Amino acid sequence: MVNYSDRLDRTFAALVDPTRRAILARLERADGASVSDLAEPFAIKLPAVMKHLDVLDAAGLITRSKAGRVVTVRLAPKPMREAMDWLRRYERFWTGSLDRLAAYAERKEAETKRSER
Amino acid sequence: MTSLTLVRRIAARPSIVFDALTTPEGIAHWWGPDDGPVLLAETDLRVGGRFRVRFRMLDGSEHESSGEYLEVVKPERLAMTWRWVGGEAPGESRLEFKLRAIAEGTELTLTHSRLPDEETRRSHEEGWSGALDKLVRHFLAASKGGRHDQA
Repeated sequence: MVNYSDRLDRTFAALVDPTRRAILARLERADGASVSDLAEPFAIKLPAVMKHLDVLDAAGLITRSKAGRVVTVRLAPKPMREAMDWLRRYERFWTGSLDRLAAYAERKEAETKRSER
Repeated sequence: MTSLTLVRRIAARPSIVFDALTTPEGIAHWWGPDDGPVLLAETDLRVGGRFRVRFRMLDGSEHESSGEYLEVVKPERLAMTWRWVGGEAPGESRLEFKLRAIAEGTELTLTHSRLPDEETRRSHEEGWSGALDKLVRHFLAASKGGRHDQA
């Protein structure tokens, strides 16, 4: 099993940097962008953008695919999927447990009412 | 942080629901997602006291969770930390129950929140501002995820 908290740490660390957040926000709006498209709004050189993309890639936040000389960058939903898996797991646990809790408490209430009469 | 909130209306008074949530005898009747048995339930119901519950699911798998009570206000409020024993899913989370008396009995609100680890807390202090939450919301909206929220 891939270490879950390690990955989360990397994800959060990647998101600390404002340039990387801006890159992600841009990718959220567009379905894929080339590296030079992504570099354009920032006052930094292409190699610096490439470094940011490496960090985002290592955190599992983006994917890069190459077609000819153009590298297309896309948002990768994996870390978000982990958050959703967390939610689904506990939703399943608590929905079942609360059904049984309610049934048990309602039985106890009926018993208590009978003994109060 | 990511959190799950569920609200239930139960036809029983809050003190009965509270006892069901906090006594080993009560817990033995409901803890676990299916009709498998509770194998062990221990509660030391005071702030700083611990709970431990082990249950078996119908598929035969056994699971144990434990934690520490953070708030104990009978019969309206209960908060505790939560951790799976045996490392099946690392990390600590926070569980909270609020009980409100209503005409038909009790309205129970459960909130289970994923806690950030040390590294995340540091990142947050360094200026991270909810960007991941925003992204998670975006993907949740896209997947039409039901009764979750992001708080």
